[in-house]
Amino acid sequence: MEFFFILCYGILMAAKVVNAVSILVADDDAQDTMLVQMAVERACLNLRLESVKDGEEAINYLMGRERYADRNAHPFPSMMLLDLKMPRVNGFDVLDYVRRQPGLRQLPIVIFSSSDDPKDIRRAYDAGANSYLCKPHSHGDLSALLKALEDYWFKFNHFPPCH
Amino acid sequence: MKKPEHILLAKDNEDYALLFRRALQAAQINASLDVVRDGQEAVDYLAGVGPYTDRIQHPFPKLLLLDLKMPRMDGFEVLSAIRQRMGLTQLPVVVLTHSDNPADVKRAYELGATSYFRKPDSLEGLDEMIHVLHAYWLKFNHFPE
Repeated sequence: MEFFFILCYGILMAAKVVNAVSILVADDDAQDTMLVQMAVERACLNLRLESVKDGEEAINYLMGRERYADRNAHPFPSMMLLDLKMPRVNGFDVLDYVRRQPGLRQLPIVIFSSSDDPKDIRRAYDAGANSYLCKPHSHGDLSALLKALEDYWFKFNHFPPCH
Repeated sequence: MKKPEHILLAKDNEDYALLFRRALQAAQINASLDVVRDGQEAVDYLAGVGPYTDRIQHPFPKLLLLDLKMPRMDGFEVLSAIRQRMGLTQLPVVVLTHSDNPADVKRAYELGATSYFRKPDSLEGLDEMIHVLHAYWLKFNHFPE
């Protein structure tokens, strides 16, 4: 009997992992990505995070190029959390690129930046960002923000059909 | 007290507008609501023409909730009008509809929908949706000035 419950639990957990939706986090600050990961784990949010550390990698990931060619290991994400200030290719350039690619342009992109400069906000929306969130300063605020993000995008929102 | 945030709901069903208004009040959210009954009215409201020239009475909204199936101009036409013709790239537009047909979802995103919601079919679902919309857009999201 006990074995049966353990088996059921195992199957449920495996299904949960398989069903987890993925978010591509593009941020050159590894510490910020780790904080997001930690908040997701602590709040037991059913989100799988994939991370890249600059805009060029973000584009390679989305296009399934080079080290991201294997879609089992690097699934196409449901959405992207995108930092703006990154080396090589910045967040604005990633937005421009994605919105011009027929196969990618429907991907929801939420800016996740430490800048609350109105110029950056305006430019990001003009380039096709779906939403703009500022990185919070405290762990509590980050958890609340990620909970709101999960509820909004993953409980109520319907994503465009997968690629 | 902070000025209420303004929401525009484009929906041809008056009963739904009533339910929506009730849910906003029940949630004690500091938001005001205008309802337009078809796509053409939605476009006129955003352009500030016809009955909507007075921006004190009809403020430009923070958020547009847009149904797809509407008379005169449907939601898809509204999306392309506001993103292309009117150049309103900064207004968040949440599609709120009965349909979860993948072709509709895809088309709405292609035309510039910010996000796509299926209408909840219970009062509890509607209340929860209002809370989630409020938390995400009015508490956390940053809008252009």
